[in-house]
Parts: sequence; C-alpha cells; structure tokens
Amino acid sequence: MAKPAPKAASKPAPKTAAKPAPKAASKPAAKPARGKSVESDEDFALRSLQMAHEDNKRFDASDEQLLHFYEQMLLIRRFEERAGQLYGLGLIGGFCHLYIGQEAVAVGLQSALTEGLDSVITGYRDHGHMLAYGIDPNVIMAELTGRQAGISKGKGGSMHMFSTEHRFYGGHGIVGAQVPLGGGLALAHKYREDGGLCLAYFGDGAANQGQVYETFNMAALWNLPIVFVIENNGYAMGTAVKRSSAETEFYRRGTAFRIPGMDVNGMDVLEVRAAAEIAFAHVREGKGPVLMELNTYRYRGHSMSDPGKYRTREEVQDQREHNDPIERIKKELAERGKTEDEIKAIDKAIRARVAEAADFAENSPEPDPAELYTDVLVESY
Amino acid sequence: MAIMTIRDAINETIREAMRRDKDVIMLGEDIAGGAGTAGGQEAIGGIWGTSVGLVGEFGPERVIDTPISESAIIGAAAGAALAGKRPIAELMFSDFIGVCGDQLINQIAKFRYMFGGNTRCPVVVRLIYGAGMNSGAQHSQAFYNLLTAIPGLKVALPTTPADAKGLMNEALMGDDPVMFFEHKALFGKKGEVPEGLHRVPFGHARMAREGGDVTIVAFGRMVSFAEKAADALAEQGIGCDVIDPRTTSPLDEEAILDSVEQTGRLVVVDESPPRCSMATDILALVSEKAFTSLDAPPQMVTAPHSPVPFSKELERAWVPSPDAITAAVRRTLDWG
Repeated sequence: MAKPAPKAASKPAPKTAAKPAPKAASKPAAKPARGKSVESDEDFALRSLQMAHEDNKRFDASDEQLLHFYEQMLLIRRFEERAGQLYGLGLIGGFCHLYIGQEAVAVGLQSALTEGLDSVITGYRDHGHMLAYGIDPNVIMAELTGRQAGISKGKGGSMHMFSTEHRFYGGHGIVGAQVPLGGGLALAHKYREDGGLCLAYFGDGAANQGQVYETFNMAALWNLPIVFVIENNGYAMGTAVKRSSAETEFYRRGTAFRIPGMDVNGMDVLEVRAAAEIAFAHVREGKGPVLMELNTYRYRGHSMSDPGKYRTREEVQDQREHNDPIERIKKELAERGKTEDEIKAIDKAIRARVAEAADFAENSPEPDPAELYTDVLVESY
Repeated sequence: MAIMTIRDAINETIREAMRRDKDVIMLGEDIAGGAGTAGGQEAIGGIWGTSVGLVGEFGPERVIDTPISESAIIGAAAGAALAGKRPIAELMFSDFIGVCGDQLINQIAKFRYMFGGNTRCPVVVRLIYGAGMNSGAQHSQAFYNLLTAIPGLKVALPTTPADAKGLMNEALMGDDPVMFFEHKALFGKKGEVPEGLHRVPFGHARMAREGGDVTIVAFGRMVSFAEKAADALAEQGIGCDVIDPRTTSPLDEEAILDSVEQTGRLVVVDESPPRCSMATDILALVSEKAFTSLDAPPQMVTAPHSPVPFSKELERAWVPSPDAITAAVRRTLDWG
C-alpha cells in the first residue's frame, strides 16, 4: 500500500523519505572542503533561494488576483474534464494527457512571467500551460479533435501545440527533449539581451533523461536565463518516483552543476507564485539558471489508456479531498467574503466557456486532405 | 496448433525462452508495470500488454522496469549482452531511436566488426512502430528502413503470430543483435502458432499469396493490406504473389527476384515515406538484377514524404491503403 499523502499544506506527493526540516538544511554542511571554511559562499548560494522561499512562503494576492487564479485553475479543470469526456465519446483519439490536479503549477508560475517577453516550453501534458497563458480554449479543443481550426491545424494533436504569439514553444512528445530546446530559447534571450527568461517544464520521469543534464551543464556554464521546472506528480507514466529515481528530491539534482534548487508545494497556487518571484528575480539579475521542483499530483491516468493499477484509489481520493489546489483557493475566496452565489456564477461562466469550446471543436470541419503536403518545409521540395 | 494473437505469441515465446535460458532478461519502461505498488505483481505488463505475467513468474531481477532513459536502457542491454546475457530491451515507440540512436547505430552495430570478431552482442531490441492510432508525428513512425541501412544489425518485422514466435525464437537463439519491429496495429491479429521451439530463419520470405500475374512485396502491417488487395483482385481474375520478406536484414532477394521473373510486374508497399525507403531498396534490387524481366515500370505505394499527421482523416489518407495497392497493380497491368 502506498503511504497516504500528507494533508493540506504539507508536502503533497507521496515520497519515500521524509525531507529534512527547512531550518536544518540551513545549517553548515558537515563536510569540510580542503581546509576552507565549512560552508563556502557557493554552497550557500545553492540553498539561498530555498531559504528565501521558506521565509516568505505564500504570495500576498489581492482579492482580484486570487479570483483570477481561481478562474484560471477552474478553466483548466473543466476543460480537461470535458476533453476526457470527448475522448470517451471517440471525438478525441490517440494520446491525451490531462492536467487535472496539477493546475496550480502552470497558473502560479506563468502568472509571474512577463507576457510577450518570456518564453515557455513543456512536454506533452500541455493543455494547462496553454490555458494558463490565456490562449483561446476553442483552438486548443479543436486541436484535440484534430480539426482544421485547431491551433496546429489538426496536424499536431494533444501533445503538439505551439503559439508564436504567446512565445509558447510547445508541446513535445519525446520525454525530456524539450529541455535542451529550452536551453536554446534561453540562449536566444541572452544573445538578444532582452531581459527575458525561459521557463522549461518537464516531469519527474523526464528528469531521468540524459539530455536534461547536458542542458543543466550548459545552462550553468553559460549563465543562461532559464528556470527548469520539474513537475513531480509522483509517477513516471506507471512507475512510482521511488521505483524510477535514485534521488527523489529532484530540486537537489542541479547541485552538481551549481544550479540552486527550490522545493515548492505545487498544490498551492500562492506558494507557487511566491517561489516563482524569487526564482525569476534571480535569473533576471543574470545569476544563471534555477531548478524548481513543483510537488504536485495528477488525479487522472498518465494518458487516457492508463489502467491506473500502480496506485490505490484511496491515495488519489486523499489528494482530492485534502490537497486540491482549486478547493484551497475556493475556501480562501469564501473567507475573504465571496458569497456562494458569486462563486457559483464563476463556475457557471466557466462551464459555459468550456461548452462553447467543445461545440466549436465538434463542429469545425476536418482538415483538407491537401494539408498532408503543406507545412513540411517553409518552401516546397 | 494454438490460435493466438501476435501479442500473446510474443508473450509466450519470451516466457518459454526465459524458462529455458536464465540469461534471457527484459528491460523496458513500465514492462512490469507498477508491480510492487498498488497493483501487485501483475499490474500492467507494459503498455502493449506483451509482458503480462512475466514479472510474476521471473521476478524483478529478470523483468526490469526502467526509468524513462532510452540511451541507458539500450546501452545497459548491450553491455549485458557483451557480458554473456541475452537481454530483450523494449523501446515503447520506435520513434525513440532518436533518443538512443548512438547505442543502436554506433555501438551495438559495430562491436563485432571493430573488435575483429572478438565479441558478440546478442541483444534483442523490440521496437513498437507504425501509424494508425492517432499518435501524432513523434509516436507513429515506421523506422525499419533506418536500421536496415546500418550494417551489423539484423532487422525482423513479423506480420503473423507464427512468425512473431519463430522470428523471436531465432533472435533469442542467435548471437547477433536483432531489431525486432512490432506494429502496434497488429498486436491483436490472430493466427495459428506452432507448439514447441518453432523457429523461422532470417532471410527467408513468406509467400502470403500466390497468383502469378503481379508481384507485391509488402512490409509489416502493409502485408495485411496487400493480402486484402490481392483477394479483391483475385475475384476479378488477377492473380498476385504477395511476398512478406519477414526480415529486411538479411533480405530474401531470391524470393523477390524469382517472383518478378515470373510475373514481370512489381508493386512494393511500404508504410514509410518514399525516399530512401524499403520501397526504393526493392526497386533498386529488381532494377539491377531482374531488369530484363520487367514488363512494366515498378510501382511504389508508400506514405507521402511528410510527417505522420494527428487528425484521423489526415492519418487515414497518410497510411497506404488497400485501394492504393489495387490501383498500383492495375497500373502495372495497364502499362504499354
């Protein structure tokens, strides 16, 4: 039996070993290095961002901001639920990786980006990141149904979406392959001296791909403006983190490359946002890459065909009941005086928005067969 | 003879080999499938279901769930093979040869030759391939042509349950590296499977249909489509030889040339895009060695020279169809 996940604001995803208390981590390292002081400035720098995060854990959101986070997370949740239904009806085929449970990660991080400047890249669980960017749900859903009006004209599908306008660079299917690409996006920011940064998302599974570490080295060596984000949802496809990873505290994995790490509760959008501000400020000051581990949980399978036999129903239920990122903010809105009717009205509006996207996606025309031969190159053969 | 699916034939063959030979081990992503967590020992058996029950019988020391690290999976399998094991490594999608290409192309394929025959690397790499499942551009490709182009690798692509068993046994009992391509749309295909240690030697084609008027050489899933086209044409009095080469490296040139010399007409059906494909390879072979036997220009039925699209409609148009094969056969007959 899997260990039941801790409740509420404590660490969400189940892990094998308890983490050291944050304060203990700030003690000097026990290992003296070649006659130097027990902790060098560099060793301190690797933990300084985490310490800053521990000191100021939650973002102080205005009522308006809190409401916006709620709306965005709820939009992702309802959108993904509808995508799951359309899949069940056969309107969506192939792969479909839902973001349900992980909403606070994309919403919290992306809310701290500078729009039109910073770039984002992710893997195949990409719907949430696009919605968090404010990209039109219609064209996302129409891509899922493979229609001409989809954001990739029906050629890409669930895993392969891209928005130049939003500097969202996809949408990639090969586990971990987006990470070196993120390094390149960051290289471009640095070369242009535009002050922007790249947010490169990947999962706990992708964290075991070699190309991730090639990129860590380059990014640190070249001082690139990149934030590596490991969305640790506890499972690499059907394999639990503790069965696939020697070091399950992923935020430590940059240490060998002198990349500071941050260990963040990805189930609380306000903690995510607070951590993002610290990380982004560090990168924008020209201090090089940051590695953030966002501890989260996916409620649904790895993809739609996942039989889900690698974890218990109770484990999933426990997260839903005690650690849900949307319920957490809903409660907070109520505490700040939002009435039940006001919250219901938001829910209703979002359901209507998602229904519109689904209608659009179902009723848009199929791509023309001639599209088989277009967009292969900018020019033609 | 038992009737079973290709999926079950592969499972049973590996099971028998593991019982027979302690050196046979398996590595792959989710192949034990969450064993040891909520699902117990028999949780998934790989996303293709080909390793169901194996971890239960042979244990996690021999049926190894790996991290998502294709280079390390293939490298570890090859290293263990150099040390005398007979590893079976699963690449969940053949597209992932992009991730572990060095281990396949520069390492495994070269050991025997560059060490002057001083070693052997009997690794079997299972590559699940093919379009037709709306899996998009990065999870649908049929890359048997790429690995066929590499000296030092053997390449098998079974299309029936019996051949799945026979070729897998041959791979596991031979001493060379074998790239074993399994089409995802064929896993459910049923057929008779001989009992016992059934082996199919590499480099021996199967004559799937005999007709005598036109030669159709088809690869992988395309063999089924060619059979369908041949059956339809047979009703109209046109007889087709349908040749399933079963392995592309080595290739049974003789079977193809013998048939073409008799029919004078050739259609090659290949799920890959046309350039540098098995289709061009077979056309080159026939042009070089049976040129004077040809009564019409050989025809290629392939995917277009474009990536695999996601949309169902587009993907259906991308994959070569039985109708396209029929039309190509007719072109060879109508020529001149």
